[in-house]
Amino acid sequence: MSTHDLSGPGLRLDRLPRRRRVNHVMEGFAWLAAAIAIAILGIVVWSVASKGWSELNLDLVTKSPIPFSLTNAPQGLANAFAGTIVIVGLATLMALPVGILVAVYLNEFAPPAIRNGVGLVLDVLAGVPAIVVGIFVFVLLVSGSGQSGIKGAFALAILMLPFVARATIEVLVLVPNSLREASLGLGVPQWRTTLSIVLPRAIGGIVTGTVLAVARVAGETAPLLFTSSVVGTQTHWDPSQALQTIPVAIFELSESADPKDHARAWAAGFILLVFILFASLTARWLATRNARKIAGR
Amino acid sequence: MSTTIEPVMRVETRRQPMPPRERLEAIFHVENLDAIYGRKAAVKGVTMEIYRNLVTAIIGPSGCGKSTYIRCFNRMNDLIPGFTQTGTVRYHGQDICSANIDPVAVRRNIGMVFQRPNPFPKSIYDNVAWGCRVLGMKHELDERVERALTQAALWDEVKDRLKASGLSLSGGQQQRLCIARAIAVEPDVVLMDEPASALDPIATQAIEQLMHELKGEYTFVIVTHNMQQAARVADMTAFFSISHGGEGERYGELIEYDATEKIFTAPSDKRTEDYVTGRFG
Repeated sequence: MSTHDLSGPGLRLDRLPRRRRVNHVMEGFAWLAAAIAIAILGIVVWSVASKGWSELNLDLVTKSPIPFSLTNAPQGLANAFAGTIVIVGLATLMALPVGILVAVYLNEFAPPAIRNGVGLVLDVLAGVPAIVVGIFVFVLLVSGSGQSGIKGAFALAILMLPFVARATIEVLVLVPNSLREASLGLGVPQWRTTLSIVLPRAIGGIVTGTVLAVARVAGETAPLLFTSSVVGTQTHWDPSQALQTIPVAIFELSESADPKDHARAWAAGFILLVFILFASLTARWLATRNARKIAGR
Repeated sequence: MSTTIEPVMRVETRRQPMPPRERLEAIFHVENLDAIYGRKAAVKGVTMEIYRNLVTAIIGPSGCGKSTYIRCFNRMNDLIPGFTQTGTVRYHGQDICSANIDPVAVRRNIGMVFQRPNPFPKSIYDNVAWGCRVLGMKHELDERVERALTQAALWDEVKDRLKASGLSLSGGQQQRLCIARAIAVEPDVVLMDEPASALDPIATQAIEQLMHELKGEYTFVIVTHNMQQAARVADMTAFFSISHGGEGERYGELIEYDATEKIFTAPSDKRTEDYVTGRFG
């Protein structure tokens, strides 16, 4: 039996004040870093909102722009909003099924060597600069035959694909193997197990990943400059022709001589920001709701 | 040396006397089976037969390859990358490991209950009905579900809340739900991989009782590390142990396979005796 010697150096308090000070300083740094991140977002939102405030009204989303307008007739960027909705929607329709199928193949069917190889390819694809994707689609599809909304959507789909696939793989990995085994153990074929057991369980994560991918590409400018930027001012929804989009409109208006155009660009930027914020919140909400549903409550 | 061995363990049993072995119909013939992960053998050189309408228990210390072995019976190891096996597992005379056998069809006939309860995130009803629906047994589905849940001794507890999530049940109920799910599709054999290891004694007893009642219809193979459980439920018992090969190799090996009574009261191998008397493992 040994007794604990409480007078020894092990329990002495001499180092405690110093340790407390270091702790406070480090905690302060961490707090400061978090505050900086929040402040940057705050400043961006504030400056965008304040500069676009004068043009932030219903006309912005309902009225088409009037070229070389010398009057004060109300005008807006309805064409850009329509175009962004069409192009991002089409891009999602293209990227979502391919992304999910890639993920399902890699996680459920592919041997490990292929899984790692294609996984690496997805990471590289996610890192390809948007402007490179833009010029690629330009050379592949646009050059010689002209721009169109659907070509712009194709470029955005290329950017979305790795995000959707990665997000889907991440949630498929989280589906417990015991569920797959339960289904396969009944004599259910693997495709049916994947379709009826694995994917429903992962659907929440897939939706979350897709919403985030949409939010990301909705603000892409570079690929659209090459593929869907030579446009008129009338509002239309036809993806076989070039469609104006919010990012491209912001880019063009920022070079205008008219300060009202600048304000409109800021206002459009603000709406884009709010949309992305809203999309992220929706994604979070879906994720928590899904987690609760899976827990069986 | 051949001293008579005293009964090494008192066995409380619900078993009826087993028919003589030559009257038994072998459903599985395992011959010289090696199960290998990558380059490491988990089980080596197993040869045994499994008889119809009996409960066969597989006992042995942790790491002796019991679970790996039982998963060879329904090709469940196919899902593990790097797994290979040699030797044959014949089921009604057919080698289920040969290339022209569809593992889905094998699993259709040989159901499995896993160590941890793994109900689908569906309602209690759908947990049982889903497999039947997918496998085309849609006729009188309600009756089928009720029969399976009754056989699994769960019906009385859940009949008023069949729409509730299977995950809302307790652990023991979930495991019985998994058993109901497995027997609802009417397999020939039910493999159970330590089905009671996560359950309390009462739930364990319920599961043992239902195995006992259902063995007239099914053949059970149960892996357990609980010797009392094997003694209570099994007609035949196989004892696996860890053997050491050259270069530090460790693998599971079948030491002795005999009637449960014999394994627990008069084992013919010293290692079996050490294990069942608690001197090892």
